[in-house]
Amino acid sequence: MKARVIVTLKSAVLDPQGKAIEGALHSLGVGGVQSVRQGKVFDVELAGNDRASAEAALKDACDKLLANTVIETYKVEFAE
Amino acid sequence: MKPAVILFPGSNREQDAARALRLVAGAKPTVVWHAEHELPAGTDLVVLPGGFSYGDYLRCGAIAARANIMDAVRAHAARGGLVLGIFNGFQILCGAGLLPGVQVRNARLRFVCRDVLLRVERADTAFTRAYRKNDLVSVPVAHGEGNYTADETTIAELESEGRVAFRYARPDGRIDETDGPNGAINGIAGIYSEKFNVLGMMPHPENHIESEIGPTDGRGLFQSLAMALKAA
Repeated sequence: MKARVIVTLKSAVLDPQGKAIEGALHSLGVGGVQSVRQGKVFDVELAGNDRASAEAALKDACDKLLANTVIETYKVEFAE
Repeated sequence: MKPAVILFPGSNREQDAARALRLVAGAKPTVVWHAEHELPAGTDLVVLPGGFSYGDYLRCGAIAARANIMDAVRAHAARGGLVLGIFNGFQILCGAGLLPGVQVRNARLRFVCRDVLLRVERADTAFTRAYRKNDLVSVPVAHGEGNYTADETTIAELESEGRVAFRYARPDGRIDETDGPNGAINGIAGIYSEKFNVLGMMPHPENHIESEIGPTDGRGLFQSLAMALKAA
């Protein structure tokens, strides 16, 4: 089973890297960009086909390591 | 005094920390590999040194914070044992939940490598008793992710409990967080745990201990530890 974990900064946390990327897009002349916030993507392959246990394992992974829940939030998506 | 300096893959200041403990505190530190499960018997001080453990992959200190030895460090801290985390060591302590908050990317996105002035917020702890309150001490910083932050409640708690150890200061002693090296909230450069036995700090006191190469303001921290552990 394939899943994608997306970790992003909480909306209240300043994202200086996102700001720098936003500035770079403006200076490249890319139009219409109002703001950029950056984050991380993890593509994870899990054994078995049980969605519930996969979700539980990924939540465990996020809480223990993949995200720092002081400043980040995460969401899990499964490939159809 | 029996210090243990923990070595993670990617640590690079462990010899500086060990040298400061030898030269200033007269100790014979043991360097302990992160995969160990136990600290050497009789360890009374654990130092988590600076560096870039695991290449800063994922987040600074995140993977090292889950190393085997960290369970032993946690138990040592729970017993009231002294723990000092410098730079990456501070990041690891936050990642391991031994200290609150987190260090994010420096506000101006630059890696900052220079001497800074720190104001000593209190001189009654095991780490600072050789200083005086409000002393301004010169120590270097060298980091890209030292912008300390936490949620409002945590910051309010740290402030009301007097758990800020050092703040980035101007030469006149005033704190200006916008003028600091990394944008840390309230100019916070280092914090204590609730029982004041764990200290995490971004700057490097271990690098200002010898007059041949510059200021010696960092000596006070290691003198303090020697005094505290001699008295114990």
